[in-house]
Amino acid sequence: MTLASQIEIVAPRRRFRGLRKLVRNRGALFGGAIVIFFVVLAVFAPLLATHDPFASSFTSIRKPPSAEFLLGTDEIGRDIFSRLLYGARASLMAGVVSVAIALAIGVPLGLVAGYFGGLVDGGISRVIEALLAIPSLILAIALAATLGPSLMNAMLAIGIAATPIFVRLTRGQVLAVKTEDYVEGARAIGLPHILIIIRYILPNVLSPVVVQATITIATAIIAEASLSFLGLGQQPPNPSWGSMLNTAKNFMTQAPWMSIFPGGAIFLVVLGFNLLGDGLRDALDPRDN
Amino acid sequence: MLKLIVRRILVAVPTLIILSMIIFGLQRLLPGDPIQTMMAEESDPQVIEFLREKYRLNEPMPMQYLAWVGNVLQGDFGSSLRTGIPVTEMILQKLPITVQLASMAMIMAMLIGIPAGILAAVRKNSAVDYAANAVALSGMSVPNFWLGIILIMVFAVSWKILPASGYVPITQDFWLSIRSMLMPAFVLSTAVAAYLMRHTRSAMLSVLSSDYIRTARAKGLLSNTVIIKHALRNALMPIVTLATLLFGDLLAGAVLTEQIFVIPGFGKLIVDAVFTRDYAVVQGVVLFTAIGFIAMNILTDVLYIVINPRLRHPQ
Amino acid sequence: MKKLVVGATLLALMGSTAFAADLNVALQDDPDILDPHRGNTFVGRMVFGPMCDTLFDIDTSLNIVPRLVADWTWSEGDTVLTMNLREDALFHDGTPVNGEAVKANLERALNLPESNRKAELASIASIEVLGETQVAITLKAPDAAFLANLTDRAGMMVSPATFDTAGEGGLVCAGPYKFVERIQNDRIVMEKFAEHWDADNYHFDQVIYRPIPDTTVRLANLQSGDLDIIERPAPSDMEAIKADSNLVFDIVTGLGFYGVNFNMGNGDRSQSPINQDKRLREALNLTIDRNVLNEVLGMGTYPPAYQPFSTASWAYNPEFDGGERDIERAKALMAEAGHESVSFEILYANNSAMQSLFELVQAMASEAGFNITLRPTEFAAYVDEREAGNFEVSQFGASGRIDPDGNFHRYLACGSAGNVGNYCNDELTDLLNQARVINDVEQRKALYDEAQRIAAEDLPALYFYYTPRTWAYSANLEGFVPYADGVLRLAGLKPKE
Repeated sequence: MTLASQIEIVAPRRRFRGLRKLVRNRGALFGGAIVIFFVVLAVFAPLLATHDPFASSFTSIRKPPSAEFLLGTDEIGRDIFSRLLYGARASLMAGVVSVAIALAIGVPLGLVAGYFGGLVDGGISRVIEALLAIPSLILAIALAATLGPSLMNAMLAIGIAATPIFVRLTRGQVLAVKTEDYVEGARAIGLPHILIIIRYILPNVLSPVVVQATITIATAIIAEASLSFLGLGQQPPNPSWGSMLNTAKNFMTQAPWMSIFPGGAIFLVVLGFNLLGDGLRDALDPRDN
Repeated sequence: MLKLIVRRILVAVPTLIILSMIIFGLQRLLPGDPIQTMMAEESDPQVIEFLREKYRLNEPMPMQYLAWVGNVLQGDFGSSLRTGIPVTEMILQKLPITVQLASMAMIMAMLIGIPAGILAAVRKNSAVDYAANAVALSGMSVPNFWLGIILIMVFAVSWKILPASGYVPITQDFWLSIRSMLMPAFVLSTAVAAYLMRHTRSAMLSVLSSDYIRTARAKGLLSNTVIIKHALRNALMPIVTLATLLFGDLLAGAVLTEQIFVIPGFGKLIVDAVFTRDYAVVQGVVLFTAIGFIAMNILTDVLYIVINPRLRHPQ
Repeated sequence: MKKLVVGATLLALMGSTAFAADLNVALQDDPDILDPHRGNTFVGRMVFGPMCDTLFDIDTSLNIVPRLVADWTWSEGDTVLTMNLREDALFHDGTPVNGEAVKANLERALNLPESNRKAELASIASIEVLGETQVAITLKAPDAAFLANLTDRAGMMVSPATFDTAGEGGLVCAGPYKFVERIQNDRIVMEKFAEHWDADNYHFDQVIYRPIPDTTVRLANLQSGDLDIIERPAPSDMEAIKADSNLVFDIVTGLGFYGVNFNMGNGDRSQSPINQDKRLREALNLTIDRNVLNEVLGMGTYPPAYQPFSTASWAYNPEFDGGERDIERAKALMAEAGHESVSFEILYANNSAMQSLFELVQAMASEAGFNITLRPTEFAAYVDEREAGNFEVSQFGASGRIDPDGNFHRYLACGSAGNVGNYCNDELTDLLNQARVINDVEQRKALYDEAQRIAAEDLPALYFYYTPRTWAYSANLEGFVPYADGVLRLAGLKPKE
């Protein structure tokens, strides 16, 4: 995971011009389409699934894709297509919830650190630097192991591990905006800090945060797959692409379809979010030529 | 300059202290007892008690923390609970391995990413540009562990041209060592190459679109190669700093790749130690890699200032 | 030119038999401390095999045979063991393996605070050195498992001059190979000890053990030729190995098993209905189709288990086998016990094999009305939870011991260290204690049979399958002999001519 290297600082801009630019970006549209496709699959999984994702069949062990089992069966005879659909729920949730947690903790901390400066900033920044110095996957593994292996705890662990990025990003943005005239003006007329932060500063830090959030969803999905791969994420028998890959790797030569489809699904979803994030960055970056 | 370095080091000290507390505390929060985990099938209560005393596991946490810090300051990082091997010895054994892996990955990433970025910048918005971007994004999106297993299956089992796993010391057999690391280094390089490609492209574009280059081109004063060389020189700065930061990431982050390719580097060591609750190893190795990471960051800042003198006097 | 070629070829041909190759072996895990008195892992035992000779050894039928001890006698009443050591055994540092050394080792194993061999040697009352190569051990009471324990780590001899550094500083033993170096998680290297008394029987210059936890990667390395032998290939890889003409698949019945045990008295969770009523446990037993487990999980290599002893053990009794799946009977028993459905949780250590096993168990048992929740945890937490009694039903596995006592007493006798469910039946414990102090196999078997009848009534544990000892190795090797204890013995193993 290279969370530490995804930082970019952008000056404040209006939003709607960006939206128009976004729609014209083919890459972003393609990415968005992929994301929406998988969201639809996840939401309508009960309707689309051909089998019960938990139903094992001792007579259909590791069967290749067929009319009955669209993507084949796994090591205890469960339909991979159906498990893939339900697994989409776990993976997408893992991506979105982790980032939501990171945003919920990280953005306020970044706002506070950047706005108030001084000791508060010093303290928060030191802790964030300390967290960033620990490899993020290790941190996530340690947290997930502490909390106990489960999807929820994995999301919490990944969210906490991703928080420092948002703290740094937000703080950087706040520092850039803090000295602008309209902020000085607001201070001069005596508006309370909280109002200044919410009305004047927050809207201007949102753009890069949104871009970062989209890209971090992609990283979080891979992180969940990695944790499941190590046995710390979504626990069986609940389906998750990462844990499906974990079992599939034992049968690579006998049943390659067990790994191709979950691995491919992870790849596509992550690609979708990355394309979307790319498009957002281009749309919202005033320096684009 | 010196004042800057000293200041950065001083600032790093509280960070390290907080880091040591986080990693120490997090370890102890993990459920399960390291001694009992070690014993598993053969639990003899007397031996368990003795070992708990020996490793001071019965003392209150702050005491254990202080004892550990005290030892670290004297250069003693403790020993593995599981194997008895001193942590410093393990670090020295594994450092060259991890450095080799990270270096090879970095070199591959640069060889792939930088030329691709230049090409994409020069042929901006053409099919080449889009293709390069697509490949870069794919590299960033593919799960490492999946790519690794597929590569092993193709290159090691089916075609038998590369070793399936393991590590051969570079002093023992140079070419075999390189060949053994090719696949894992490649897997690690995919994401880094992607970042490098994109950053090179945008840095190049920045420079290429700057006024003086445009003027010179419009006036027909400079040939294409000169322009590209000039652009590259100026684009080098953000690329170099990014490369240094990524190197720090690589050093400790190759966790899953090391598992799959059975490379006995830091990543595998830490993960295994977390699962066996080998406290001393996790604390010692994470502290060591963190110090390395912080040192990398300071180096990056220094490099930045050396290359761009305008930054020598911050406002 | 022709002469040169012919000459070179001849040299090469001669050389291929004169220059012994290296042997590369893959292990499932990285061993822990390399000190036989302190080591705890099965893979550690594998590594000690070629490095540390034991006082006694076993043959393929699990009979005790001489190793460092040339011959031995028991006194009347089986309380004094007089051993005559070989005259020509040397430690790797050149010192002789004599009576003093043996005594020093046994005392270290007994007295070192961190020694994990105390329980195995607990019956020793005193040790006397009668001569340069004669030692007499006096036991407090007859101990049926004593010799068997001396074929394992408790009987390994370490050079007394190196007691202080054994483990951390390199291991100096008396086996056919001596320690060269160890890089944690990477490899353990040993080279041939030329002065070993059986040196001619060992044909490799160096033996290198490499821990590779992932079965796919282990096999890939074997297929690509980077490894010569791998232990425990995955059952699902068996077909591929057999189909490959360059590889050989070998299997023997092991001594260990997997199943579940019930929390009969360790804390609150022993109050769960399944732990209180043996009819429910019997019903659960009837829902498990062990043949399906064998086929699906083991590809035919997981023999169904109904008792703690596998067919490799003399204590095995076919009387206790059988119990085909019978859902109707299971439901009837549950109804009799007053439950239409029963819920409980199975705790297990998370890895793919256990995951598949318990998912299957969950599915099979649900047909009779058992609602099983699965609680996988990390290994460390699993050990912790079992000790603390924080489980209702838990994964129960053992690697098995040569002596049947190690498969039964350790787990089901009152107060035993491995009895995490706190199951306590005085009659059964009594029978097992009696079986420990007699040496006569017939009598012991009768005692174990009686104990088994009680266990079959109480059902403190269910056994699902016996773990086989499996190997895959290069077809270029000959002389490979698999042993039921799973340890690799290298005598006679060599590259094919």
